[in-house]
Amino acid sequence: MDDSTYEYRIIKGFAYSALFWLIIGLTAGLWISFEMFEPAANLTPWLSFGRLRVVHTNMLTFGFALSAIFATAYYMLQRLTRATLPFPRLARAQLYLFNTTMILAAASLMAGMNSSREYAELEWPLDILVLIFWAMFAVNLFAILIRRREKQMFISLWYLIATTVTITMLHIVNNLEVPVTLFKSYTVYAGVVDANIQWWYGHNLIGFIFTMPILAMLHFFLPKSTGLPIYSHRLSIVSFWSLIFAYLWTGAHHLILTPIPEWIQTVALAFSIFLIAPSWGVVINAYYTLKGNGEQIQTNYLAKFFIFGVTFYGLQTLQGPLQGLRTFNAFFHFSDWVIGHVHMGAMGWVTMIISGSFYYMIPKITGKELYSIRLADIHFWLILAGQLVLTIVMWAGGIRQGAMLKAINPDGSLTYGFLDTLTTLYPIYRLRFLAGAIYFAGILLFVWNIIRTVSRKPAAAGA
Amino acid sequence: MGISSKPALFVLLSALVVMVGTVVTMFLPLLMSSNRPVSRYVKPYTAVELEGRDIYIREGCNNCHTQTVRPLMTEVLRYGPYSKGEEYAYDRPFLWGSRRIGPDLNREGGKYPDAWHYRHLQRPQSLSRLSIMPPFGWLAANRLDTANTFRKTVIQGFGYSRRQVMEQIAGDRARLTDPGYDSKAMRDQVTPPERLGGLTEMDALVAYLQKLGRDVKSMEAAQ
Repeated sequence: MDDSTYEYRIIKGFAYSALFWLIIGLTAGLWISFEMFEPAANLTPWLSFGRLRVVHTNMLTFGFALSAIFATAYYMLQRLTRATLPFPRLARAQLYLFNTTMILAAASLMAGMNSSREYAELEWPLDILVLIFWAMFAVNLFAILIRRREKQMFISLWYLIATTVTITMLHIVNNLEVPVTLFKSYTVYAGVVDANIQWWYGHNLIGFIFTMPILAMLHFFLPKSTGLPIYSHRLSIVSFWSLIFAYLWTGAHHLILTPIPEWIQTVALAFSIFLIAPSWGVVINAYYTLKGNGEQIQTNYLAKFFIFGVTFYGLQTLQGPLQGLRTFNAFFHFSDWVIGHVHMGAMGWVTMIISGSFYYMIPKITGKELYSIRLADIHFWLILAGQLVLTIVMWAGGIRQGAMLKAINPDGSLTYGFLDTLTTLYPIYRLRFLAGAIYFAGILLFVWNIIRTVSRKPAAAGA
Repeated sequence: MGISSKPALFVLLSALVVMVGTVVTMFLPLLMSSNRPVSRYVKPYTAVELEGRDIYIREGCNNCHTQTVRPLMTEVLRYGPYSKGEEYAYDRPFLWGSRRIGPDLNREGGKYPDAWHYRHLQRPQSLSRLSIMPPFGWLAANRLDTANTFRKTVIQGFGYSRRQVMEQIAGDRARLTDPGYDSKAMRDQVTPPERLGGLTEMDALVAYLQKLGRDVKSMEAAQ
């Protein structure tokens, strides 16, 4: 099929949106990390920590990651089915609706319209808008699968299908609420049941936004970038089905030692441990893809985004199940340890894979060469350094605070008051801000590099 | 494998696979009445407490404060008896939180007088010099909007009549504006003069904080 018949403008639209929301989300993140050692930065109610933190998480989860998923999905879907996008105007409308929703989301969260359910904070009118643009995406996805010209569906398509099905279910079930006004609603669930449903949602939202679609990118863009086929198709099949089967059992590992029934906690822990196997199946598959061509990690700037990215995925999927275990959980839960865990995933795994995918995809869809490989290299090292410093200091903080909270005097009384355990973290919070700034600098180079690539004059024919 | 060339079957099968864990760990617990424990000691929030709870949600307090004490020796020493399912029967949504940047609040009610909370909310650093909690003094400048309170209690299923809700609001207002109110001096100090005669958002938030864990104390005393 002729390359010019693919619908690429929509991909560019979502890619630009992703970069825009990435900058917004990281700015909010830097601001709240500053507030954590300088409370005077809580300048107005709109900028106070409690409101701005959800702007940070929502803009990076939905604004950045989701639009990057849409951008790469529209690319992968067309390439892997060798079909044109069935409804390009629907995709266009989806792009506008998506960005409108994100603008309203950021503004309403800053105004305090917040349902308090983690990663589902948006109020009910926005939940409906999210459902609509998600359905618009699903229509294009299923329609292109039906009219595909490539008989076999590649692994990446499996991950996209599972994502589409599961996110629809999660979003609807967890956001069932009764409106009080246009700006306020109450969930239909209460207490213990509400907690269980929310974390079934919260955990699997991470699974089906920050894991499955990113795995779709890994399986597609790693072979494309290196010219090497995925090492084992059989391992891909086993990993895929075990991942999507086991993920849905594990939400309650966020609720260890809370009043939810103990059997739900234990089942969640058992499946969490089980999940190490398929997660590492993916990691090993990615490593072995480079088998015999390991020099690409040095010679091919794209390879290192994917290989380092999947390494952080591997570390995270080991750490996650272990910190669920009751002994570790008693020590680490509610502390900065978990903040370190999630940031290794988001800044290491998710962002590195998306960066590598964009660096491969943007030149392809624009027909222009990347503006600067050198800048891409610097971008890589800056986000690697920023992420590592951030996660390591957060782990250190979690260990420190966990130990202090647990400390007991010989007479059986507590050694430290709560505030003592918090103030000891302030130097760590300053370091975290610095690490975030380094990371942000790397991201600015990334955005600059993409913008310069797109705005380049088209390469001369035959050049 | 044949299935990778049959998209409709693939969609169906993947939906079934994700449903297994969902049914066992989410839908079944939803249907089991043992997961909706109640206690006659745990009472619904009053009208003003519920409004205070909504302000707690609006300001994202749950981003820094948890509301669940785990059954661990040091947590029980630090905060009080560990949390039980019954306590949350009227919590819609639940507010257990996931991060303790500040201390747990599930046993906060009655720990300090109202005056402490007024002062602390206005400027946390005035009581804990090194605290990083944001200031919430501006809540005292906002009149408490009770236009939707009755509707809220209906949706929450508290079973109050419109009259009861109005009486509760009037009762709280009378209590706080009474010259004999034990925290009057501090409330007068943090509240702008034009707001002193009515209920403010800070009044509601303090009422909510003072409710936390109160009912459980009577539940445990009875056991």
